[in-house]
Amino acid sequence: MNFLSQASHFLSDPNTLWVLSGTVLLGLSSGVIGSFAFLRKRGLMGDVLAHAALPGICLAFMLTGSKNPFFFLIGATVTGILASMAINAITRFSRIKEDTALALVLSVFFGVGIVFLTQIQHTNYGNQSGLDKFLFGQSASLVGDDVWVMGGVAIALLLFSLLFFKEFKLLCFDPGFGRSLGFPVGMLDLVLMLMLVVAVVIGLQAAGVVLMAALIITPAAAARYWTERLDRMLVLSALLGGMSGALGTLFSATTANLPTGPLIVVAATVVFLISLIFSPRRGLLAKAVRLARMRKQAARERVLHSLYENREQGGSGELDTETILQKYPIPRRRLKSALASLMRDGWIQVCKRNGAFRIRGTEEGWIQAYETVLRTRMTEVWMMHENEIGGNLREEGTGSVTGEIPPDLFEPLWNLLVKHGREPKWKPDAGSIPAGEGGITP
Amino acid sequence: MKRIHSPVSIRDLSVAYHRKPVLRDIQFDAPEGKLIGIVGPNGAGKSTLIKAMMNLLPLTSGDVKIYGKPYKEQRDLVGYVPQRESVDWDFPTSALDVVLMGRYGKLGWFRRPKAADREFAMDCLDKVGMADFAKRQISQLSGGQQQRVFLARSLAQDARIYFMDEPFVGVDAATEKAIIRLLNELKAQEKTVLVVHHDLQTVREYFDWLLMLNMRQIAFGPTSWVFTADHLQKTYGGRLTVLPELPDPVAVTR
Repeated sequence: MNFLSQASHFLSDPNTLWVLSGTVLLGLSSGVIGSFAFLRKRGLMGDVLAHAALPGICLAFMLTGSKNPFFFLIGATVTGILASMAINAITRFSRIKEDTALALVLSVFFGVGIVFLTQIQHTNYGNQSGLDKFLFGQSASLVGDDVWVMGGVAIALLLFSLLFFKEFKLLCFDPGFGRSLGFPVGMLDLVLMLMLVVAVVIGLQAAGVVLMAALIITPAAAARYWTERLDRMLVLSALLGGMSGALGTLFSATTANLPTGPLIVVAATVVFLISLIFSPRRGLLAKAVRLARMRKQAARERVLHSLYENREQGGSGELDTETILQKYPIPRRRLKSALASLMRDGWIQVCKRNGAFRIRGTEEGWIQAYETVLRTRMTEVWMMHENEIGGNLREEGTGSVTGEIPPDLFEPLWNLLVKHGREPKWKPDAGSIPAGEGGITP
Repeated sequence: MKRIHSPVSIRDLSVAYHRKPVLRDIQFDAPEGKLIGIVGPNGAGKSTLIKAMMNLLPLTSGDVKIYGKPYKEQRDLVGYVPQRESVDWDFPTSALDVVLMGRYGKLGWFRRPKAADREFAMDCLDKVGMADFAKRQISQLSGGQQQRVFLARSLAQDARIYFMDEPFVGVDAATEKAIIRLLNELKAQEKTVLVVHHDLQTVREYFDWLLMLNMRQIAFGPTSWVFTADHLQKTYGGRLTVLPELPDPVAVTR
């Protein structure tokens, strides 16, 4: 509550409202452009352009003597283009690969920028104060004029993204195909890079050279976790970027001595971490749950297989855990939980005898074991004879093989099983096999 | 209507990368309405030739004409299926969306696909047996299904000539069948299809004509004429340890 009351107090101050609008606009536009850069695999390019902007800004100041954001934009654009040309030239005409070229160009341009900056500070330029704010950014220095420029530029960037949506999508997904259609891919790349430069430059005053790259790439990377559609990813990335801007600004305003730019980056990073862990399909948590479920299912099937195969080979159908583990080496803990869940389902009975756990199937369990074994073996022969039989037992899309046997494949697969001598040879009480399985049981 | 120009006519084509020649002395006139296989060992320049025909790489010398005119003026007549591995399939888009990209060339700058384009793209997906997967995110598709999406995208280009780069690589049996069916459908519509292919066992079954390539053109002609032990030796040299069983040239009837 305290934070909220402080925030509302902060919002009643018209001057600081400018700062808030500025950082939100910044998050919005860098989120959208960042998505394209991210998908074009140019994530580091934002960092290079941000660092390369520094010498451009210093040069613009040295040449014009004014701190007009428009001149800064031009200066940064010129050095940004130079930097990307340098990267292209290095990768093309030397044996150096792109990652090294990026690192080289980034540090050289930044170094030159620092030299210029020092030069400016040691010379009497009069109004040079504030130029060093571009290193780490100072959102508090945003005034109405800056925000108007930022707003205008952000809107222009969004409009351009909308206009070039189809072209950028093609560029990011399949540039070779795009070129075959006659789209000038090199030109589109240049346009995208120019938009990236612009997004970076309007953010420099607020976030600074060093942190600007985070604002470009983090919202996009976070947004990717939540959607499988490009249009939604762009909107989401813009929203997450804007939200990070707002959160960072509000936190910095309500806490003493915490700088806004870094807090915006921290907010964006928190948003990213939440996405990384909790997103429903791609998130780490969802993946872990899926893996655990799969392992459990596999362990259950192994128990049923062991029981069934023992019975099939004329055994008593009663096994101890050690025999199962010998046949299918899985972690003991996992076997234990599989046994527990099979018991809960009423498929097996476990009793302790002579210090070992003996396992045997229940009536229901034997039917299930038979079904599982049949399904597995049918899938095996289907894989061997996929060409002749047709149909599809592969779980759609994933390429893995599991799931039910389609009724129309049942008979040919059964015949193949017989041919290979792999048909399940022991049948639990025939009357209790569900009729749905085709009734082909001989 | 009688056409004077060959769908693809190549004169004295060479391509060099970093001053190293990759392809030289390519010269042929592709006949219309044929399935033309392009075979040769790895690094023979098969993909390079396809890309060179579409101006995707600079030519060192030579000339490519599509129906008698440069590629630049005839883009709408050419459909392209790049290698499946050439793109990152973990891209936030659906199968239908990828197929729609085949319409982009005809749409031109800034115009968005219309409902009619969507319908067309759906039909193309249907032709490769992928209509049920239209909304599926593309990384959720198997390799063969991804290949079929690429084929559907080239169909969406509604072209007269198709260039396909290794469409049979790493696909399942169902996809292989779907591709063959599609190729024969295209042939029935008098379209010309050039396919980079690697499996010598199926060459005679799949292709009417053959271009045999090993950095230079070894042979070009009807499969029954040019697919000979002599040409295979020249194309693959010692690298081909098992020659596919070849019929006596005299006995070949088509």
